[in-house]
Formats: sequence, structure tokens, C-alpha cells
Amino acid sequence: MRVTCPFCGDRSIEEFSYFGDATLARPDAGADPALWVDYVYMRANPAGSHSELWYHASACRQFVKVARDTRTHAILSTDFA
Amino acid sequence: MTNRFSIFSLLKHAARGNTGWAPQWRTPEPKPEYDALVVGGGGHGLATAYFLAKNHGLHNVAVIERGLVGQGNVGRNTTIIRSNYLLPGNIPFYETSLKLWENLEQEINYNAMISQRGVLNLFHNDSQRDAAIRRGNAMRLHGVDAEILSRAQIRALHPFLDFDTARFPIMGGLLQPRGGTVRHDAVAWGFARAADSLGVDILQNCELQGLRIEQGKVIAAETSRGTIRAKKIGLAVAGNSSRVAAMAGIRLPIESHVLTAFVSEGLKPLINSVITFGAGHFYISQSDKGGLVFGASVDGYNSYAQRGNLPAMEETCEDAMALMPSIGRLRMLRSWGGIMDMTMDGSPIIDKTPVEGLYLNAGWCIGGFKATPASGLCFAHLMARDEPHAVAASYRLDRFATGALLDESGGGADLVMH
Repeated sequence: MRVTCPFCGDRSIEEFSYFGDATLARPDAGADPALWVDYVYMRANPAGSHSELWYHASACRQFVKVARDTRTHAILSTDFA
Repeated sequence: MTNRFSIFSLLKHAARGNTGWAPQWRTPEPKPEYDALVVGGGGHGLATAYFLAKNHGLHNVAVIERGLVGQGNVGRNTTIIRSNYLLPGNIPFYETSLKLWENLEQEINYNAMISQRGVLNLFHNDSQRDAAIRRGNAMRLHGVDAEILSRAQIRALHPFLDFDTARFPIMGGLLQPRGGTVRHDAVAWGFARAADSLGVDILQNCELQGLRIEQGKVIAAETSRGTIRAKKIGLAVAGNSSRVAAMAGIRLPIESHVLTAFVSEGLKPLINSVITFGAGHFYISQSDKGGLVFGASVDGYNSYAQRGNLPAMEETCEDAMALMPSIGRLRMLRSWGGIMDMTMDGSPIIDKTPVEGLYLNAGWCIGGFKATPASGLCFAHLMARDEPHAVAASYRLDRFATGALLDESGGGADLVMH
């Protein structure tokens, strides 16, 4: 897989670290524990387009939001996180 | 069992030129209704159907499988069986499984080439040695066999390993002598045949497309071969659990990840055990055909693709070279990816769901194959009696909310760590 980093351009996936589902929203500190369980543990885990975060660890050290097809590994789009 | 395999049946068929063999299971049409329906014709689903019929007297049972029996994860692993776990919630379950493996061929009258050649986990520094001794002691406290081997003992057994790499010298290892390997395809075929002979309908090319739920109770499965009503439906679709559970509106603590396994060209006998490299996440054994079978970690991102990428292959080969440089000129023959249900604590789920009559067997992470017979035993127990089997009582779906996690590796809710 190759990712087009919005900062650095076309790079190998080896430069990135995976940080998972980009759609999760961190609850407030005092939120209902059920919301925290959902945030920490539960995942939509779709087969198809998946919005996810990759950390460009070996270069610009910025987070990149990637839309990727989990059935084919095709990178659909990349954006600033 | 009709058409029981024995030396006499082999001789009889050989004398007739092997022209009289019948298919090993029927290909029935779906009935409109079953007492219990298992979704997923892999090892776990077929074992579940077998134990539903054998232990619980349910014979109006069907297994539906999207493709063909044996095409999923049951044929996409590195065939290792072991019970070298650490936590009290895990050891009795996996030891139950290993005991079932030990008698499986007699139980289902099928040659699964079960070989208890030992599983050796190497350690490379003091803290790994402490962890291995702790694990070995936990196993022995549960009546499981475990031995700590010294560096000299391992050198005598496996002289081809690289003992003196500057970075990861081998200090010793934890051996489970009863661990080993099994021919994985035969497990699928053997359970399919054994379940079929007890009256279970195995419906291949029958894809689950929806679950019909009325008033909080599941009543039918919508499939590519029509609607099949069932009083109880069990999901055993690891790899695709999230997609199937979503049909019932259930969100799971699971991500699907790809793990690649490899086999080399054939060699004369070289490795007579399963050996794992403690400095990486690498495990290797040799098949009876001569190929070296090995694997390492998941690629580390969500995937349903059943194929991995080159960086993970490179890492696997680096691990192999660090462990035994003598295989450096060996050519890789094949690789295959399996889709792992990675749970957030690294342990599986065998539990009821919020939907009445719908049961979940999921989350096997990278270790589902060894669990096959106990998973079937416990899931059948749960489906038939509506209560968990004693050795699987910790595998609850709600443990992520209650905090009763089973985190063998201590990796936290970061499934790449499991």
C-alpha cells in the first residue's frame, strides 16, 4: 500500500503507524460509562470504505485521515486529520 | 456411523480399484425449519453442530456456509495446537481443547494427522525467562504439562538455531510436550462428515443475508438459498463476526485483521517440533510433506482482503533469518491470508447476545484453530442449555463493560499488541 500524505506526498505504508477508526469521538470525562465502553472497545469494523487514522511516524509526524477499502486495501482518499 | 473408515474398508475399496468411494457428506436441500442453525461451516461451526447432535440430542440441525467447507480460516492457519496459556480463565478451556484433540481421530473416525511434537517458546532475556517460568508454573498448577529447557538442552534438540546472535541470544525455552500440529483441512472434513452422519444438514454455498428478528427474538435466517426458520441461531463466523452481528444491530469489540502464513518448498526432515521465536512473533514447524510452515504477526490494519502486504512478509522473513539463518536460501512456495476477529483484550467470546435465541462465537484473534473442538463443545453447550460451559464461562460479551477482561498479553485495548 502507498499513502499520499497531504504534507509529504506519495509514501510507502511502512512509514506510517496505524491508529484505527477515525470516526470515534472521545466522550467527555464525566460521560456515561456506557459511552466510554463504546469509545474504547466497540468498533463498526466495516467491510468496504473505512475512515482511519495513520500517523506518519517516519516523516512529518502528522496524523493523516485515510479512506481505505478494507476488502481490497485500495486507498480511496487522504486528508488532514 | 455409516461407511466407517477402517483398515478393512480401505482394503475393500483398494480391491475394487478405489472406484466405490461415496461423498463423505450429503448435499441436502435446506429444510424450511431447524431446531438449531449454525452460521459458518468452518471448524468451529462444524464442531458445534457435531456436539449439538452428539451431546445434546439435537438432530434437526443445519450448518450454513457461504462458500465450501474448509475454505475459510480453518484452512488458513499454521495448524498448531497447544494449551500454554497464563490466565485462569483461559487455561482450562484450551486444555479441554487439547484433550479433545488427543482423542479426536477416534471420536470422529477421521485421520487428522494429529502429531504431538511439542511446542517450544524460546526466550532471549531475563524478563522473558521470568515470564516463561511464571507461565509454565501457571500451566502446571492447572495440571498442564510444561517444562523449562536450558540453552544447552535446546542446543541438543535443535542445533540449527542461531544461539549467539548479538541481539537475541537464545537463553532457554518453555516446552509444552503435548502441543503439536494437526492437518487442518482434515479437521473441517472430519467434523463435517461426523456431523452429517448424526443427521446434521451441511448447506454449502448458502450465504447469510439477514436475520429476521421479531419482538427481540430471532426467528429465521434469510439466506441465498431462501428463508430458513430456526429456534436457535449460532454465529460462528470469526473474521466476519462484525458484519453478521450488524445484521442483528449488535456492535462488537472486534476489528478484522489479516494474518499471513507461509509454506516453503519441501525439505528433508529438519524441524521435529513447533518452535516460536520470542524476540519476534514468529512460529515455525515442518509439515509431513516437508514444507516449512510459518507465520508471524497481523499486518496491523483493518482488512477483509484475505491477503497481506509485503512489509509483513519481509518482517516474517527477517524473524526467520534471525532464528535459523540456515533457511536463508529456501524458496517460499505459497502464502495465504486469514481474516482474524481481533478482540480488544485478545480473548474470544462465547456468549448469548441481547437478541433472544441468537448466540455468538467470535473473537478468536490469531488463535482459533487450536480451540476448534472445545469451541464446538462449549458453543453447543451454550446453545442447547442456555448456560455457559464451565470452561468457557469467562468468555462473556459484557466483560468489556464490566472490566473482567482476559488480557493474556497485557496489551490493553490495542489489538495489534495481542
